Amino acid sequence: MTLSADFVIATAIAYVGLLFLIAFLGDRHTRNRTGGFLRSPFVYTLSISVYCTSWTFYGAVGTAARSGLEFLTIYLGPTIVFVGWWFILRRLVRISHDQRITSIADLVSSRFGKSSKLAVLITVLAVIAIAPYIALQLKAITSSIEAIAGASEAGRGSLEGWDEVGLALGVAAGMALFTILFGTRNVDAKEQHHGVVAAIAFEAIVKLAALIAVGVFVIYLGGGLEPIFANAARAGHQIHATDTFGDRWIAMMILAAAAIICLPRQFQVTVVENSDEKHLRTASWAFPAYMLAMSLFTLPIALFGLSFMPQGSNPDMFVLTLPLAVGQDGLALFAFIGGFSSATSMIILESIALSIMVSNHIVVPVMLRLTSGAGIGDGQGVRRLILNARRLSIVLILFLGFGYFYFTRSSDALAPIGLISFTGVAQFLPAIIAGLFWRDASAKAAIAAIAVGFLIWLWSSLLPSFASSSPLVATIMAEGPFGIWWLRPQALFGMEGLDPLAHAVFWSLFLNTTVLILGSLMTSQSALEHVQAALFLNASNSAPAASPIRGTATADDLFLVARRVLGHDRAVALFSEEAKQARMPWTSLEPSPAFIRTLEREMAGSIGAASAHVMLSKVVSGDAVSLEEVMQMADETQQAIEYSQELERTSAQLRATADQLEIANRQLRKVDLQKDEFLSQVSHEVRTPMTAIRAFSEILLSEKALTDDAREKFVGTIHKESLRLTSLLDEILDLSALERGERTWENIPTDPEAALDQALHVCDALARQNGTEIRTSSRVSDISLSAEPDRLSQVLINLISNAIKYNDAKEPVVSISSRLEDDHYLIEVADNGTGIPEEERPRIFDKFYRGRLGETGPFAGAGLGLPISREIIARMNGRLELAVGEEQGARFRVILPLN
Amino acid sequence: MAIDILIAEDEPSILEALDFVLQKAGWTIGSVMDGEAVLDAVRRLNPRVLVLDVMLPKRNGFEVLKQIRADAQIRNLPVLVLTAKGQQQDRKIALELGADGFITKPYANADVVEAVRALINGPVLGNVS
Repeated sequence: MTLSADFVIATAIAYVGLLFLIAFLGDRHTRNRTGGFLRSPFVYTLSISVYCTSWTFYGAVGTAARSGLEFLTIYLGPTIVFVGWWFILRRLVRISHDQRITSIADLVSSRFGKSSKLAVLITVLAVIAIAPYIALQLKAITSSIEAIAGASEAGRGSLEGWDEVGLALGVAAGMALFTILFGTRNVDAKEQHHGVVAAIAFEAIVKLAALIAVGVFVIYLGGGLEPIFANAARAGHQIHATDTFGDRWIAMMILAAAAIICLPRQFQVTVVENSDEKHLRTASWAFPAYMLAMSLFTLPIALFGLSFMPQGSNPDMFVLTLPLAVGQDGLALFAFIGGFSSATSMIILESIALSIMVSNHIVVPVMLRLTSGAGIGDGQGVRRLILNARRLSIVLILFLGFGYFYFTRSSDALAPIGLISFTGVAQFLPAIIAGLFWRDASAKAAIAAIAVGFLIWLWSSLLPSFASSSPLVATIMAEGPFGIWWLRPQALFGMEGLDPLAHAVFWSLFLNTTVLILGSLMTSQSALEHVQAALFLNASNSAPAASPIRGTATADDLFLVARRVLGHDRAVALFSEEAKQARMPWTSLEPSPAFIRTLEREMAGSIGAASAHVMLSKVVSGDAVSLEEVMQMADETQQAIEYSQELERTSAQLRATADQLEIANRQLRKVDLQKDEFLSQVSHEVRTPMTAIRAFSEILLSEKALTDDAREKFVGTIHKESLRLTSLLDEILDLSALERGERTWENIPTDPEAALDQALHVCDALARQNGTEIRTSSRVSDISLSAEPDRLSQVLINLISNAIKYNDAKEPVVSISSRLEDDHYLIEVADNGTGIPEEERPRIFDKFYRGRLGETGPFAGAGLGLPISREIIARMNGRLELAVGEEQGARFRVILPLN
Repeated sequence: MAIDILIAEDEPSILEALDFVLQKAGWTIGSVMDGEAVLDAVRRLNPRVLVLDVMLPKRNGFEVLKQIRADAQIRNLPVLVLTAKGQQQDRKIALELGADGFITKPYANADVVEAVRALINGPVLGNVS
């Protein structure tokens, strides 16, 4: 029997037909019996082994032949996760079930406040990052067909004239068709693709069996393990490269561990397709065991191939070419089918996972934006649109893979291509880990972190893979863009000497994590983010998921939306169930928040959390979330923070109020004190003349033997003191009125010189009585200004009489003058007495203050004259002041504005 | 040349009335019209009672009282404080400073005579409390 390409292709197509049958039977099986062996933990474990693609089937041997034990990292990373970190997986599964998570993008977006930006970002990045991986599968299938076709004379058959590229395109097209038929029959991602899973599990068995068959055959051929190792050692084939356990080893371990969580298809099989949390327990040992079995014969095959096959053979194809070389066509065909299984299972699941992401996070939101909430069309519209979107995404994804294959086809090895994808999807890991364990991680920071990590990946990981096909890229690699040396893709920021892979992994994940941490510390979470963060962190408590959609909606509106997304049957079932529980016909059903929450989760299963949230928000009336409600739902910590902030604010307000009260109180007390002081002074001033009056009255009353002279003198004193009392009261009232602001005050055009003349006239008698000479020097003539003439006279009389009364000079003189100065009119009243002592000057305008001379003697006043005078002049917009000069005596100055 | 009563009062009318009333009661009178002159006059005239106004120019009555009580020679001099302010606060200060009597203006002449008589005749045993 000789193998021809035609035969191989026909076999492959027949194999695909078998897969269809399995998928069909699987679907029917689960539909009829709900469970059965398809839901066993072993089927689950086998489906997880979709991790082992043609990269491991063919490429592991190639890697072992080229780099020794390095191939082990690809198995060790996931083993660490499944054995050591299975609690992370359990948590992911639990959260995803609670929240009806449909994809890795849905998971991250849901955690960070159902951020649609984040979902779109991750979807786009995942599609780009997976392209090399798809290309790898295309390359493996193409190479394996080529290897078989090249091995026999009549091999090419109908492939005659097809080159590698054409073949790859054909494979891509076939795969697209296959996946569409396989994966887009159903719209609810959460309904789980049991048929597909069954087919994938079957493929897992096929590829393992094929690899073990080849391995056993090789050992038989080489005469046992020892001769194979001995021969290889003799031929100088080193499998213990000296730098195996270096930076590259660590980087690959990290990547493989990240990939088992972050790869969209791994998330799909491990988390989304998981039907029972307990299955993880089995998978935690069974999956590593499967990988161990897969890798068992890798070294013998590689070493035997190196010694047995001619120099220059592609080690990636040893699994296929070794049986061919010894004429074991049947085994070769089995090996081919094994490799084909690896590739198809990966392509099918990866494109299904990615297409779900594309339709849920890009197509549906765009559709929601383009149509108003109510005008989406009939129930089938959305479903058809989603299915078509998924079909289109599958074609797009496969052809992106083909495009990558086309541009990098000159590179031989399979493994590096896969590692590029691994590095790309690893950029989601920091956000996922932070989302699960760090309450403060924020959406903005996650977006920035993933974007930064992805840019570094594009630059230092994806770009270099085009170096062999693009001279421009090669130049950038060598010299950096525009000659900027520190931007060279494989020596960023001057970091040289590191393995290119380790370099890309280090910079992308380091900057990614740094941005995430710093960004989260600097930004704050929205209310919804906060709620989601609490849900994700408290997942183990299995608290009921609180949906922030609140408000009211009619059952009809909700039903319309639900029918569009879930389909008629599912929607009717949901509503009937609710109506049964509420014991009322569902036309009069008033949807409870719990029911709206259920609906949202159901819809999230079809179109993703973010889209479901948007859609329901449009129907549920009122703002989607009121602040109070979010606060209610937020955990106690947040409430405590809010409460303490509120308290802080309140107490700050109280403090401010207390301060203001304190100030007001102090002012009141001050005013009160001033009033007390004033009253006390008034009391004193009134009591003094009263004392004299009372004392003399009593004398007059009791002393009958007084002389007429004494009696007259005493009565005179009483009279004088009575007058003093009256004028004191007048002055007090006058001052009080002035200070209060007398309403009747009116400044009129006044001749101040006339007022001065009048004052001089009044004081004439007093002056003569005291023997004081009044000297008037320069005077102003023809002047008019705004004033109150009588009040001005009063002030001048006060000043002139003071100057006469308190002048202690032997030859007392009072000088009066007036003049114009700038735009002011001035009157000066000066005397030649001893003047006012310096220490008294600041106080002479105080109420009841009497200077040294005013305190005693026959002219003791109440000490109100000057305060009253100053107040009066102030009402005329002028100033009364004591001039400070060289001359002896006191000099008072009245200054009035001319206009 | 000891006298019976020294009056420290700056209001001429009040001084005149006090002088009249107290002379009429049979005592010899001396007077000063400001605070600074009081101590000097006390030492010079050695009065048996001092009638002291609070609102004196130059040095007020309380300061004068404080000085008297601080002076070993004259600290036992009975002092009758007169004030026109008439507030509890003034009375309190006066008694704390060691005044023997306290009369608020305007007063009944008879009250002043009575108070002076009590201080001249009765044994003064320290401060009135």
